[in-house]
Amino acid sequence: MARIVTLKILRAVITLLIAVSLVFFFIRLSGDPALALAPPDAPPAVVEEYRTRLGLDQPLLTQYLRYIGGMFQGDFGYSIHTGRSAQSLFFERLPATLLLGLTALAIALGLGVTLGLIAALRHNSIIDRFVMGFSVFAFAMPNFFFGLLVVLSGALFFGVFFGGSGATRSFGQLLAPAATLGLAAMGSFARFTRSSLLETLNKPFMTALAVRGVPPRRRLLRHAIPNAAIPVVTMLGLSLGGIVAGAVVTEQVFSWPGIGRLLIRSVETRDIAVLQFIVLMVALTMTVTNLLVDLVYVILDPRMRGGQNG
Amino acid sequence: MPLVVKLSLIFLVLFVLFALFGTYLTPYGYRQTALMHRLEAPGLFGSGSEYPLGTDARGRDLVARLAVGAQVTLLVAVAGTLIGAVIGSALGLIAAARRGYTEAAIMTGVDVQLSLPIIIVALFVLAMFDSSFMLLLFLIGLTGWEAYARLVRAATLSARNQGYVTAQRVLGASALRIYLRHILPNVFNVILVQFTVNMPLTILLETALSFLGLGVQPPMTSLGQIMSEGRDRLLNAWWLTLFPGMLIFLLALSISLVGDWLRDRLDPTLRGRRMT
Amino acid sequence: MSDTPILRLSDVSISLPTGSDRTHAVRNLSLRIAPGQCLCLVGESGSGKSVTGQAVLGVLPPALRQTSGSIAFRGAPLDTRQRGREIGTIFQEPTASLDPIMRIGDQLEEVLMVHGVRGRRARRARALELLDAVKLPEPERIHRAYPHEVSGGQAQRVVIAMALAFDPMLLIADEPTTALDVTTQAEILRLLRELQTARGSGLLFITHDLGVVADIADHVVVMQHGNAVEEGPVERVLSAPAHPYTRKLVAALPRRRAAQPPPSLRPDPVLEAEGVSLTYRGTTGLFRRTEIAAVQDVSLTLRRGETHGIVGESGSGKSSLVRCLLHLEQRKSGRIRIMGQDTTDWGTGLPRSIRQRLQIVLQDPYTALNPRQRIGDAVAEAARIHGASADQARDRARTLLERVGLSAQSYTRFPHEFSGGQRQRICIARALATEPEILIADEAVSALDVSIQAQILALFRELQERLGFAMLFVTHDLRVASAICDDITVLRAGQVVEQGPMDQIFDAPRDPYTRALLDAVPDKAGRAGNFPAASGEG
Repeated sequence: MARIVTLKILRAVITLLIAVSLVFFFIRLSGDPALALAPPDAPPAVVEEYRTRLGLDQPLLTQYLRYIGGMFQGDFGYSIHTGRSAQSLFFERLPATLLLGLTALAIALGLGVTLGLIAALRHNSIIDRFVMGFSVFAFAMPNFFFGLLVVLSGALFFGVFFGGSGATRSFGQLLAPAATLGLAAMGSFARFTRSSLLETLNKPFMTALAVRGVPPRRRLLRHAIPNAAIPVVTMLGLSLGGIVAGAVVTEQVFSWPGIGRLLIRSVETRDIAVLQFIVLMVALTMTVTNLLVDLVYVILDPRMRGGQNG
Repeated sequence: MPLVVKLSLIFLVLFVLFALFGTYLTPYGYRQTALMHRLEAPGLFGSGSEYPLGTDARGRDLVARLAVGAQVTLLVAVAGTLIGAVIGSALGLIAAARRGYTEAAIMTGVDVQLSLPIIIVALFVLAMFDSSFMLLLFLIGLTGWEAYARLVRAATLSARNQGYVTAQRVLGASALRIYLRHILPNVFNVILVQFTVNMPLTILLETALSFLGLGVQPPMTSLGQIMSEGRDRLLNAWWLTLFPGMLIFLLALSISLVGDWLRDRLDPTLRGRRMT
Repeated sequence: MSDTPILRLSDVSISLPTGSDRTHAVRNLSLRIAPGQCLCLVGESGSGKSVTGQAVLGVLPPALRQTSGSIAFRGAPLDTRQRGREIGTIFQEPTASLDPIMRIGDQLEEVLMVHGVRGRRARRARALELLDAVKLPEPERIHRAYPHEVSGGQAQRVVIAMALAFDPMLLIADEPTTALDVTTQAEILRLLRELQTARGSGLLFITHDLGVVADIADHVVVMQHGNAVEEGPVERVLSAPAHPYTRKLVAALPRRRAAQPPPSLRPDPVLEAEGVSLTYRGTTGLFRRTEIAAVQDVSLTLRRGETHGIVGESGSGKSSLVRCLLHLEQRKSGRIRIMGQDTTDWGTGLPRSIRQRLQIVLQDPYTALNPRQRIGDAVAEAARIHGASADQARDRARTLLERVGLSAQSYTRFPHEFSGGQRQRICIARALATEPEILIADEAVSALDVSIQAQILALFRELQERLGFAMLFVTHDLRVASAICDDITVLRAGQVVEQGPMDQIFDAPRDPYTRALLDAVPDKAGRAGNFPAASGEG
């Protein structure tokens, strides 16, 4: 057990390190990093100082090590756009994105899993067909289009303008973008839960439980659902990736003041320092999530724990 | 063949025909502006305009723009999906064939990709380098390469353990013969099914990037880019959003439905779990 | 004994969905089981025997329906609430019939709980008692373990413990020993018989193995294509089968081949192995590597035209040894000579000229053929790899397919169009396409029904006689080995336990493990076959 956990942590660290290195080399390839990272109105002397500190006259390896070292000291560079440090811009926007993303994830998980369970338990019924139809719909629907439709119908039918500037932060103002963002993940959760539960229900041990006299309710709650939940957990990591990606677009559609919009503005203005910090934070979030998912998997499934001696 | 699959196939054929010949449906060029006819509502819906699907803010004919947009979207979808499929499948095959450090390196690459959603990577790279269509195509093409790599690796490893491969090794067949004649044909279904899963994702990435104004750049156009231009006029020129949006949605939907059907047909273990 | 049978089936028919190869899974089946009686339902795959068990338990797959007849448990229709309490069930795959993510003790206690045993302590005590009753060592440890942490035999004991928790009147056992090793099988059968007699319950025992029937049954019902073709007391059915199908089944049981006078001069060796060892690398701890010995210091000699059997239970290293001999694995040590030529230094890159001489027929006929290749092409490809021209290869493929008993028209068909036995014939044809001197049959008849098994064994014998190849015959089944082998090597945990002429191994085994294996063979008394006696050719 300890061995598996250590290996998984090690793997996460390596993954993160490679992501960081890729970011470094891309920035290095693109132009003068000193200009990119120094505060925008910095006098040439300050830019020069950055140049020395980044060691642009040094061999690539030294530069790389200094780059990593700078990160550990919390130096991620400054925004050319606003002159503020990259992390301060990021953390200022983080709560809005967390609120949106977590709400979307909760909607996706809650509704998706429920729909999937119902579909599996009513296999081949109208509800099952509806849920499966919905999951394809959710998969194929571009979230920016869906978002625009929500905005449009809100304005036409309910007289609400979602995402307008100065809009009050009401529940509806959160729900519309969160539902849009969570739609695709909801579809995959529904579909995945359904197939996982159907597969479990067809396992020989479920028949064995029936003939041992275990009542249906208990078979479902104590055996089928826990077993079916294991693969659904792995979906969590993948769907978080989808939500991070979707947030970029959804925030744009609903003018949601989060990291997604910061990212787009940074791309448009080539604000490298901010961009870099966002990419690093996404990599960190995703790596940690994937690690946690892996560990939860090990906890849920005794077969993953390896030998007794570990 | 279920009705929805037939309808999907019909839509796909119509879409391809529209992309190829749509520009002949209208006398106007897709870049031809007409300041007198700005933001005309679709004539088809009784506005009295001579433009059946209306015009955009510069008076350009939406039929022509949609046709060109469909062309670009289709090109990016097919070419992009092929890029990912080829790179990902090749890496998956190599990982399974070589094992050891090669495999570890490739699978670490997969892990890295899983920690960075492709749209983030694409935005980062697009900000770093001057945008060009080829760069865009390549970035979009990377969509889902890691899925191919994982699936093909798993399928190859499982095929390698099948008796028919052992029998070939005992016969002294060369590795090339074993992989080309015996493993690849049996892994091909996996690639084909994944192709249909991945193509909608590729389409959605391209249209999303273009919608954000960071994908296909004017004067070129794509379905996402048309929507991007229509976004600020959502309430008074809904057709600029609705028509391209429906095209993207129906395209992705049809491919998914055909893909699901294909999977049921090709994978006997999933048979009986019909989708719709 | 009371007059009411514990279980009575009257005229039961179960229909198959339309589009199946026949209309009924079971047709007009009647049977009765008295208290203390063991009734065996015997049949090959697709005979409807398992479906019958499912019907009794009320767990027929959704596509199947009981269309007529009645099933009475102690004179009344079965109430599903009686399951688990008055009817105990044992399945073929013990591990698969347990919830993989719940501890064994919890699953056992759950059964006690749902049938009304009150109190956690009482349940735990009873659970440990039951684990002890089925002779599991360290009941405490098993109680804590997850299903994947115990062996198949242990898991089956757990399942039996659950089935017997409430002294059921009826036990239904569906191929309960098929997935187990032969020594474990013998123990489980003994245990079942013991517990059943002690408690006087009825036992419905479903099996394909007439040897097992001879050991456990009082009464036998033979099923074929859903019909009961013969029934009667076990002695009568096995010694004087009346129905042609039963006769065929009894005749198909592998029979020990006639003792042959040792030839004055044995033929030349074609395959010699000396001190072959193979280790697999595993990891324990964080980075510590350990070596797991799969094969240790195995030597054997296979002579021209003869058959050498390699016998062992699962995990004995027989398949690893085969992979070593085929040069598919990098051996740790040991010398190998093929046709007198030392191939030790070739490693896994054995040249084609040598590969040609040594071919294999694998266990699972369903995965041994590329599903996307026409079977004629598969055979022809083998010939082509070894230098035949396209025309020659096609001709040879046609000849070989006919020689193994397939029509020439089958050349252009795909593997899924053939049954298991036919596929194994195709595999044999493919192996023979290079005209090998050595044929390795790796559990080549193990996955086949007994009547098909007999046909394939006969085919091997006939081809060997005609073509003169030597055969290395790998099997877990001593009965099969006795039917075909000249020499036998018994393997256990990667090591040779005993080696020698077949008659010597069977009549005068020296090693206690060999003796245990021989004792464990079902039907030692020879009620169904004539296994122990070295009588005439079967």
